[in-house]
Amino acid sequence: MGETLVIDPVTRIEGHGKVTIHLDDEHRVAQARLHVVEFRGYERFVQGHPYWEAPVLLQRVCGICFVSHHLAGAKVLDEVVGARGAITPTAEKMRRLGHYAQLLQSHAAAYFFLTAPEMLFGVDAAPAQRNVIGMVEHDPELMRRVVALRKWGQELIRAVFGKRMHGILAVPGGVNKALTVEERDRFVNGGDGLISLADVLEYAQEGLRMWHAYHERRRAEVDDFARVPMLNMGLVDLDGNADLYDGRLRVVGPDRETVVEFDGRDYLDHYVEAVEEWSYMKFPFLRDLGREAGSVRVGPLARMNVTRTLSTKLAAEELDRFHDYTGGEANPMTLHTLWARAVEMLHAAEVVAGLLEDPDLLRADALVVEPGREAWTGEGVGVVEAPRGVLIHHYRADEEGAVTFANLVVATTHNNEAINRTIRAVADEQLAGQAEITEGMMNAVELGIRAYDPCLSCATHALGQMPLQVQLYDAAGGLLSERVR
Amino acid sequence: MTEPQVEPRVERRRLSHELPATPASPELRAGREGKIRVATISPCGCWGCNLSMLDIDERLIPLLDKITITRSSFTDIKRITERAHVGFVEGGVANEDNIETLRHFRENCDVLVSVGACAGWGGIPSLRNPIGVEECLREAYVDSPTAVPGAPPVVPLHPELPLLTRTVRPCHEVVHMDYFIPGCPPDGDAVFAVIDDLVNGRPVSLPAATRYD
Ligand code: SF4
Repeated sequence: MGETLVIDPVTRIEGHGKVTIHLDDEHRVAQARLHVVEFRGYERFVQGHPYWEAPVLLQRVCGICFVSHHLAGAKVLDEVVGARGAITPTAEKMRRLGHYAQLLQSHAAAYFFLTAPEMLFGVDAAPAQRNVIGMVEHDPELMRRVVALRKWGQELIRAVFGKRMHGILAVPGGVNKALTVEERDRFVNGGDGLISLADVLEYAQEGLRMWHAYHERRRAEVDDFARVPMLNMGLVDLDGNADLYDGRLRVVGPDRETVVEFDGRDYLDHYVEAVEEWSYMKFPFLRDLGREAGSVRVGPLARMNVTRTLSTKLAAEELDRFHDYTGGEANPMTLHTLWARAVEMLHAAEVVAGLLEDPDLLRADALVVEPGREAWTGEGVGVVEAPRGVLIHHYRADEEGAVTFANLVVATTHNNEAINRTIRAVADEQLAGQAEITEGMMNAVELGIRAYDPCLSCATHALGQMPLQVQLYDAAGGLLSERVR
Repeated sequence: MTEPQVEPRVERRRLSHELPATPASPELRAGREGKIRVATISPCGCWGCNLSMLDIDERLIPLLDKITITRSSFTDIKRITERAHVGFVEGGVANEDNIETLRHFRENCDVLVSVGACAGWGGIPSLRNPIGVEECLREAYVDSPTAVPGAPPVVPLHPELPLLTRTVRPCHEVVHMDYFIPGCPPDGDAVFAVIDDLVNGRPVSLPAATRYD
């Protein structure tokens, strides 16, 4: 007869997902799936809106990485108005500043609020302990630092975008503000409720300290947990180093050699997406290689596998250690994603520190270029690295400036196949053949999912299901709406 | 109301949170005893309003002397097992699971707070309402620019997926909501002002100077 084990909902991730694992009579894993149970439909309902509104509307896909959506959209708008490659250094650096500030705060939140409890308490700790409250009870001083670090990143986002969340910086061809000297000095020196930049660089190493202590204690368990070999994809600059704002998409294999590299603006020549009836989230893969061989991993682990080195000192040193650990081969160990995320947290802090020294950020006279009506192209593709991996926005607009087409391929969607393979691997390792299945074993499955820091809000921008009707009545019995399938 | 048809299942089906789990230690339980229990759900939202709760920054740590968080996507407590004093809802209602979760939440929370534009009036996701689900479906799955060439289009449809509502609705159209915090999202100060009033037993008042958006 077998049985179905269900995780509903998957918790400590953003958005809604459910896992089903079928065990057969012999307690073997017959099937393991992540079902993304939400949908939105952004690509359709953004149509008809003015092109310059698209990034601001579409960033509502996700609260934790709105900056990435906003900036991917901004790069599309640059291209739409014919300003691609022509924006001012101030505009590009303001965008980068916001983007790396987001990387810092998003990774800090994901790492300490969502995935750290297992590192401290173990995968089968009491469910009531495995969360931010348990973390505060356990080590309030550490959590004070984490809160201060995240706050600094969020406040920097507010200085750049006007709000901590869903603010606006980019306009077609540039940005709407530069940094003032007072703002910059506040972030460098601290004060007014903020820690100093020196503290940020110090606190940003907490993740690495925690990782290494955990890894020391449980090396075999960590290293053997869900090894999932995949192609790895990330944005790189001309030297082959990770650049989270701009670059070319590089895909590397197990030996970290390039399998394919292309301009992300040509994504339609390289990518197709399969659909499964059991999930709203699509399965993108490299068309020439097919789904089995051509599915890629994106995000911190993939980026650290792709990049040669990093542009900042401390992170580059740590990255050497990361690369040496696998003898230069691509790292397939799911839990090492936490290591990669900790490296990136430090890298983000260092990049921001470097940018804050740059006088271009202060040039309020060099915000926007206006290429003129004749430069209008009406179409663009923007690619950035969101904290969770490669994010693609693609829009078209008509002569009047109304959006006629939009397509998004988000980071978590790229990781769909990898996440499903990870669930399968954990299920095989932890559940198969067990006489008794415990909550802790099922949490191991979630631990594998959380390593990707998946954002299922992002991944559900497209929508599924064909019509079939059900009705929704309000509290007083009046017909509110019909459900459709 | 018409309940959706649930497929008969021949096999055993167990939920992870009902399996044998490590019990919380007596110290842990004692430490949370008597605190105000706060729960959160986020039906059709972007998690931004949820994150505004973290945006209360350093106030979070002393606040945890007074409150504890039970069911929430910040914890692994997947159902309300003990009645909550306060429930925060981010996001509107877009599928049958959202409705069921919201109703269960109403029955098990003393006070329900509707946080943000999506919970309050549907927000950006409700822009699909005038367009219709079918057309959005076609765009995503039939006319998709990344469709696999030659493969017949697949539109997700499966017993594990909840039925969609035809339109995205605000929460208060489904259950009674006690308070509303406007904004997309309301910022940490606005969220904190409400929590602070509730925790200290004061009538909830959002000062006009608070920034909601
Ligand atoms: S109101 Fe805004 S921030 Fe809140 S869930 Fe909706 S889109 Fe996100």
